[in-house]
Formats: sequence, C-alpha cells, structure tokens
Amino acid sequence: MFLHQLKKGEKAHIKNFDIHAIPLKLVELGCLPENEVELLQIAPLGCPYYFIINDTRVVIRKETAKQIEIEKII
Amino acid sequence: MNIALAGNPNTGKTSLFNVLTGLHQKVGNYPGITVDKKQGSFHLENGQKVNVIDLPGTYSLNPTSIDESVATKYLLENNPELVIVVAEAENLKRNLLLFTQIKDLGLPTLLVINMEDQMQKKGISINVEAFQQQLDTKIILTSTRKKAGIAELKEAIQNCENLSRKTIYSEDVSSYKQWLLDTYQTGFQEVEDEEKQSETKKEQHQETVKRYQFISSVLKGNYQIDKSKATDFDSKLDKILTHKVLGYLIFFGLLLLMFQAIFTWAGPFMDFIDEGFASLSEYVAGLLPEGKLNDLISEGIIPGIGGIVIFVPQIAILFLFIAILEETGYMSRVVFLMDKIMQKFGLSGKSVVPLISGNACAIPAIMATRNIEDWKERLITILVTPFTVCSARLPVYTILISLIIPEKAIFGFINSQALALFGMYLLGIVLAIGSAVILNKIIKFKSKSYFVIEMPSYKMPLFRNVFYIVVEKTKDFVFNAGKIILAVSIVLWFLASHGGKTFENAEEIVSSKYENTEISEDELNTEIASFQIENSYIGMMGKTIEPVIKPLGYDWKIGIAIITSFAAREVFVGTLATIYSVEDTEDEGTIRSRMENATFADSGEKVFTFATGISLLLFYAIALQCAATVAIVKRETNSWKWTLIQLVGMAVMAYLFAFVGYIIFK
Repeated sequence: MFLHQLKKGEKAHIKNFDIHAIPLKLVELGCLPENEVELLQIAPLGCPYYFIINDTRVVIRKETAKQIEIEKII
Repeated sequence: MNIALAGNPNTGKTSLFNVLTGLHQKVGNYPGITVDKKQGSFHLENGQKVNVIDLPGTYSLNPTSIDESVATKYLLENNPELVIVVAEAENLKRNLLLFTQIKDLGLPTLLVINMEDQMQKKGISINVEAFQQQLDTKIILTSTRKKAGIAELKEAIQNCENLSRKTIYSEDVSSYKQWLLDTYQTGFQEVEDEEKQSETKKEQHQETVKRYQFISSVLKGNYQIDKSKATDFDSKLDKILTHKVLGYLIFFGLLLLMFQAIFTWAGPFMDFIDEGFASLSEYVAGLLPEGKLNDLISEGIIPGIGGIVIFVPQIAILFLFIAILEETGYMSRVVFLMDKIMQKFGLSGKSVVPLISGNACAIPAIMATRNIEDWKERLITILVTPFTVCSARLPVYTILISLIIPEKAIFGFINSQALALFGMYLLGIVLAIGSAVILNKIIKFKSKSYFVIEMPSYKMPLFRNVFYIVVEKTKDFVFNAGKIILAVSIVLWFLASHGGKTFENAEEIVSSKYENTEISEDELNTEIASFQIENSYIGMMGKTIEPVIKPLGYDWKIGIAIITSFAAREVFVGTLATIYSVEDTEDEGTIRSRMENATFADSGEKVFTFATGISLLLFYAIALQCAATVAIVKRETNSWKWTLIQLVGMAVMAYLFAFVGYIIFK
C-alpha cells in the first residue's frame, strides 16, 4: 500500500521509499521508515495531500505520495 | 563580536532577531544573489557590541534552494564567534537535526528553545539538564512573544567562550566540513554529473537518517509530549480554513477585503501626499532663481519623487495584509488550497503569493517566487507576474479612464470609472493566467516536481514582526523606484531643453513667422515653447517613432511619453504633464483637461478619443515598462534569454493588442 491510497483520518507507518524519488527535504521533515503518518486532508481535485508526519504538518503532491510505501494502522 | 542566528523556518528566529536588535537592523544582499541579508547589533551587559546576522531559515545544512544555501555557505566560510540555533519546543526532534550539523562544524553553538510559554499548554516537558549534557551545549528557554529568557540569553552570549567546540555526531570537524563543501551545491544547482549527484543524494539521505537515530536516543526519556493535554487548536482551525468550500470562500473574502482596503483606506493618505508634494514644488519653485535648474527640480524631480511616494500607502497596506497572512501561518493553507488549480495553468500553489503581491509591485512579487522548487513553475510565475496591475500602472489607468469613460452611476450605485478600473485588474489576471497556459505548452523542461511545504502552526501575528516587514518592503520600493525616477527626470529634462540648430534659434524663427500678425507676447511665448519642444531632442525622438505608433492612434507627444515611461510606467503622466505644460500658458488647466483638448497637428482631430484611450490602456496593461522588473528578472532567472523573451514578447503583444483595440473602436 502507498501513501496516496490512505483515506482521510487514517494512520499508517512508513515502510519504504526510493530516496531518488522523494525530495531530501521530506526526509528532513521526518519522513523516515517506522515513523507514523496521518492523512488530514486532500485538496479538491485530488491533490495535494496534507499529512502529519512525525508531528510535523506537511503538504506534498500526489506523485510524491505515490512513491512512499506504508503499512496501515488498523 | 560576530554571532549568527540559525534555525528551521517558523521557529521564531526572526522574532528573536527583532527582540535582540530592535531598530538596529538593516537588510542588504549577499554578494551576487538577491537573498536578503539581515544584520543588526545590540550591546551586552558588559558593554560589548554584538553584531548578529539572521541566516535564512533552513531544515538542514544540505540546502535545496539558493536561500537555504546561504546559511550553509555563511557558516562554512565565515567563522562566527557563536552560532545560536533557534529551535521550537513543539518540534524539537526536527529542529535538532540542524543543531547537530552546526555543532559538527566545530563552532561554539548555543541552543535556544523558543515558545517556552506554549509548552505547558501543549503538554511538553523537557529535561534541560540532561539535554545540556548529551548535546554538549548550553540551552536557554525563551519566549519571544513574552520577551522571556532574553536576559539569560544575553548572559550566555557574554560567557560563550566557555562553550564546547567538540563535534557531537561526526568524527572530526575537517572531514565533515570538506564533505559539506563538496556536496552542498547538489540540491539546488544543475549538476552535469548525474551519477555523482545521485551518489551525493544517497549520502545526504543516509547522513540524515543516522543523525535522526542519534537524536532519538538523546530525546528518549528527556522529552515528552502528553498528547492528551494538547488541545490541537490547529487541526480544528484547519478543518475550516482548508475546507473544500468554506476554505475558498474565506480566501476570496480575504482577497476582496484586501483590495477594498488598498483602495479605500489608502485614499486619504494619497491625497495628503499629493497635496504635500504639490505645495513643496510650488515652494521650491519660488525659492530658487528662475531658470532651467529650477524647472528640473520643481517640475521634474519633486513631482517625480512624489509620483513614487504616493504609492506608499497602497504598498504598505498590501504588505501589511501579506505579512499578517504569512505570520499567522494562513498563507501556507492558501498554497494547499490553490496548488492543483494553479498546476492546471502550469503554475504552483506557491505562485499565489507572487500573483497577489504583483498587484502592488512586481519586484517583491518576483522575489517571492524563490520558494517555488520546480524551475518550470517558477519561471512561468516570473514571466507572467508583470501582467498583474502594479501600483505604477494606476496613475496611467486613472487618467486614461477619466478621459474616455464618462463618470456615471451604473444600476444607481456602481461608479462607471471604478468599474472600468476593476475591469483592468481582471484583464491583468486573465492575461497572466492565459500567458501561463500558453507558456506551459511551449516550455519543455524535464521538470522534477518536488513540492514540499511545512504547514506552520497558527500563531497570533506579532506586531513587531509585521511592522518590520512592512517598513522594509516599502523602503525597498521607494528607493528602487526612486533612483530610476530621478535618473529619468534628469535625462528627460536634458533632452527636452536641448536640441539642434532649429531649437537654438526657436525664438527668431517663431518671431519672424509672426512678424506681421497681431499677437500678444504671451501667445508668442507659447508658440516659441511649443516650437522648442517639437525641435528638442526628445521631440525629435517622438517624431521619429511617430510612423510606428500612428497605427495605434498615438501622436508624437504620446510617443515621447512611451519612450520616457519605458523605464517606469508612472513617468507617462509626468511626461505628458511636462510636455503639455510647456505648451500651455494657462496654468490652471489640469493635465486631464489639457490632454482632453489635445489635437493632431496635421488633421486637427482630437488625440484622446475613445479608441486611442482603449489602445493606450491595452498597451500599458501589457508592455513591460519597468527597468527595475527587467533587472530583477535577470537576477532571478540568471538568464538574459528569458529576460529578453519576456521583454520583447510583452512589447510585441502590447503593440498587437493596442493595434487591434484601436481598429475595433475607431
């Protein structure tokens, strides 16, 4: 499962991603394996995505979210 | 003593800078780039003077933009005697990443944890003692909002010699510094060697992960957030402000309020400035001996400067709004709301801020494009921003609209001239968006669309911070534009008061022409003045381009105004004022009425007809007549190619639109 498949209000753990496909800044903001992520909001027209990752509120576009593999917390 | 402030964006770093230095601050540029360099000074208890530099906010020493790179470069090249890393209590883990990197440069480093007053409310507890030990530093808790902890901070600065210079994560200083020197440019500059770039990125990534592991071990047990205590005000507010319907309604409501404020609140101030400069001109004219120098100062320079200062209220109000929206954290929400819509036009959510600022002045607007990561989106934003209606277009629009649109009430309450002006604003937005769509189709870049923004927590804006932003931006505008106006007025004055042989002998030629006719001395003087302007250098220039602009419905006098307003649009009105005042002896006539009565020399028809007015409005809506914008575009794109494409493209477009407009309404 990937980050863009998460629904609003759902939480997950970050599993894996290709470092060349995501910006370093996102890693610096706390997008690291095992960290928790929650989807807060998706903008109208389906992009961008608004998450809380590692207590930081971050907005990224769908194509970046697609690169991040996650494990949903049920 | 020289110290540097570093820290993540939105941590209150600049607030701390403002508290420490107060009004003892100035903004300059780093050599070669347009990144703001904020410097200031203050005194310690023992009387020692401390110079501080407020480095641009960055998440790490591996920069991804030019702005961020400044911080890395500064720390590597200059050896500040102390670096203060400003961190936020709420997001300590993330803030410590930068701290550990700076600490590894072997510089005395002090950690300030800001927003201490929020800690209890948010359920945060920190074991300061343990942190100081493990991070090998001194920690000061502050609240810039309540000005708490500042005395302690100053004391720590005074005793900074005792601070350890040991690294905390890296093996040794020199190898870490060398690695940074080798790699720090990969994130924001085009690199030839893709393999090396990819290798560097991997190294930076691994370094980040390992540092985070180290930080986690430090935080364990010494830093707790009791989530049950956190009220999570942010999430509640976000539900409303980023709502798919309400969010947009609120945003457009705020925009309306902003434009309403710009036009109504600024009015009285603008009238005051207008009258002030008019009486200053009059006073100076009476003070100095009559002659050409007097004319230059009282009719060229003072009204020219007045023409700039008159925009100060509007610019200040615009930046007041923008500063408040930025300071509260709301602007990032707008970026979130608008991103997908703007992407359809080849722009970014982050283009919204430049496009709004462009309605005051294109220069700060173009500088605000810097945080757009994607080069194609940034370039398109830079290229289309000058279509928005900047303050300099206002006097041109105002006078032209008053000439061609009769003032009357539509539906009983809408002023027809105000409606026309509103139409010009809409035209500006339509032109900007339309051009973006076309540019998006034409420009082919392999663009990696990296778009990451941190949504800062909502904060009450600090008056201090807002005030400094407004003052700084307004000052910037006045001095930048002021220089050009001054230069243009002097050149214009020279060109209008000098000419060839015919100009020199104007008096004889005209006098002999009227030798046998009854003519009063006043009328004769008017004829001479009119003859002089026609044969001055500026007149010759106007006449030379007349064939080119004739199809647009302009005469040589408008030609002169177009030439002189090439460097700055607002000069248009001033130039026409100069030309018509030279011709007209009846001083009580306003520029407007003089323009209204102007006729073509050959046919005797009125110059400012409806068609000419429309044609001029279109011309000024499109043409990039602003030397300062051209200069800033060159600096920001670092490319003459795009600067010239923009300049020439907009000129050609302006000519075609003006031509078609004239033909339709003729």
